[in-house]
Amino acid sequence: MADKRMTADEVAAEIRDGMTIGIGGWGSRRKPMALVRALLRTPVRDLTVVSYGGPDVGLLCAAGKVRRVVFGFVTLDSIPFDPWFGRARETGAIEVTEYDEGMFGAALSAAAQRLPFLPMRAGLGSEVMRANPGLRTVRSPYADGEELVAVPAQELDVALVHLNRADARGNAQYLGPDPYFDDLFCLAAKKRFVSVEKVVGTAELTAGGPVQSLLLNRSAVDGVVAAPRGAHFTTAVPDYGRDERFQKHYVDSAKDLDAWPGFVDRFLSGDERTYLSEVDKFEAEAA
Amino acid sequence: MSATRAEIAVVAVAELFRGDGEIVASPMGLIPSLGAKLARLTFEPDLLLSDGEAYLVDENGVVEGWQPFRKMLDTIVPHGRRHVVMGANQIDRYGNQNISAIGDHARPKKQLLGVRGAPGNTANHRTSYWVPRHSKRVFVDAVDVVSGVGYDNAAKAGLKFHDVHRVVTNLGVFDFATPDHTMRAVSLHPGVTAAEVAQASGFEIDCGGAPVSREPTAEELRLIREVLDPKGLGDKEVPS
Repeated sequence: MADKRMTADEVAAEIRDGMTIGIGGWGSRRKPMALVRALLRTPVRDLTVVSYGGPDVGLLCAAGKVRRVVFGFVTLDSIPFDPWFGRARETGAIEVTEYDEGMFGAALSAAAQRLPFLPMRAGLGSEVMRANPGLRTVRSPYADGEELVAVPAQELDVALVHLNRADARGNAQYLGPDPYFDDLFCLAAKKRFVSVEKVVGTAELTAGGPVQSLLLNRSAVDGVVAAPRGAHFTTAVPDYGRDERFQKHYVDSAKDLDAWPGFVDRFLSGDERTYLSEVDKFEAEAA
Repeated sequence: MSATRAEIAVVAVAELFRGDGEIVASPMGLIPSLGAKLARLTFEPDLLLSDGEAYLVDENGVVEGWQPFRKMLDTIVPHGRRHVVMGANQIDRYGNQNISAIGDHARPKKQLLGVRGAPGNTANHRTSYWVPRHSKRVFVDAVDVVSGVGYDNAAKAGLKFHDVHRVVTNLGVFDFATPDHTMRAVSLHPGVTAAEVAQASGFEIDCGGAPVSREPTAEELRLIREVLDPKGLGDKEVPS
């Protein structure tokens, strides 16, 4: 019986230059930030990042680890724009594949179902078709003959997601209201790593929430990382909400190239324990 | 008790949903949210309201349904029983909308949100827009990055469910019910002139014969001021 527990640094060490990594969550919600922070501490580069983007995308761009972003949006929700993603786009530092939100989900679904593509209407007539000249359309073989977008499967080398609870074998549970697309990210990936607020005994999973909250079964998970506050500063309700004060500090620092090295030194150059203790000090100073 | 410009706009947004019945209203932002709630509390009691997260809620905030983002994109949007009111950083005469980036997509001058759900919304169900500051920066000759699809591009792409309904701004209400589907005024808010609209638009908008936008009823004003927006946040977004 496999015990799949590992550390965030062990997960990060699995990621190689040039890989395509999918990051779960949505905007500034339930992002696997502890895993992202571990990735920032590695020398890895040239990543293709596939994300309903939030600060995960911004931080990876800031660290120069990104070659391409596959996205439908990048937002911090309560703050509309991520400064580092904006800077990376406006300086031409990264390439992008920009999709409609639904197309993005269809691309993961196609990969999860081992299909080469899924048809849909979203994207037709929009910049999505012009900006992605490799996109093809497909004509319905039935009487309607409608022409649709053939959204290509988005396969992933690695998926990183953050949930609320898991057992050591990789059965994983979300306790908030929205599963986002985390199960699809895992099904679309060759290697799947889940960080959680707390690793618990299997019986505690269904004691803590309805069976429908068990989003991932262990066949879709290769590694489990115990990462309390591992989504900080994004939300991981009901364990905690977004740290709006810290998010604003991130944005203010990211907007100011003179301030940014100080943010990196204080919060990102040490390990996760240092990060969380510096966040606690920051909160105490600000209170 | 005369209505403020913001209150006129809230009623104009509410009117977007008239006749929609039992469908999901998805308002983005403050004034659209106030408008959708007002419609539900008055003439469209069957509207389904999203809280912007995973819940459908009634007028008292009681949860009546589950609509996480994936369900929204897999089924609600393609199924078509939805009416979204989105924002627009740019919009053109055919209703093409941009929320993605300013400048060339390959190397934007200013990165915005990304196309988000706009291509899918405009391909699948009724879509309206809310613009709090009607100006030449927003009402442009051609948008830089087509996010929401306008009538000209929809025709070329053969989008059979395309339905860009109306644009509500701080100056008036506009639709595309002309022979070539270019924007025209449905109504101008009290005190707004056709010259003012022309001054604020980067393309010609036919305002000929457009009536004055309707005033809220006494009951609508009461609902806006006492129930929906007691702090008057709408007046901050749309000064009178």
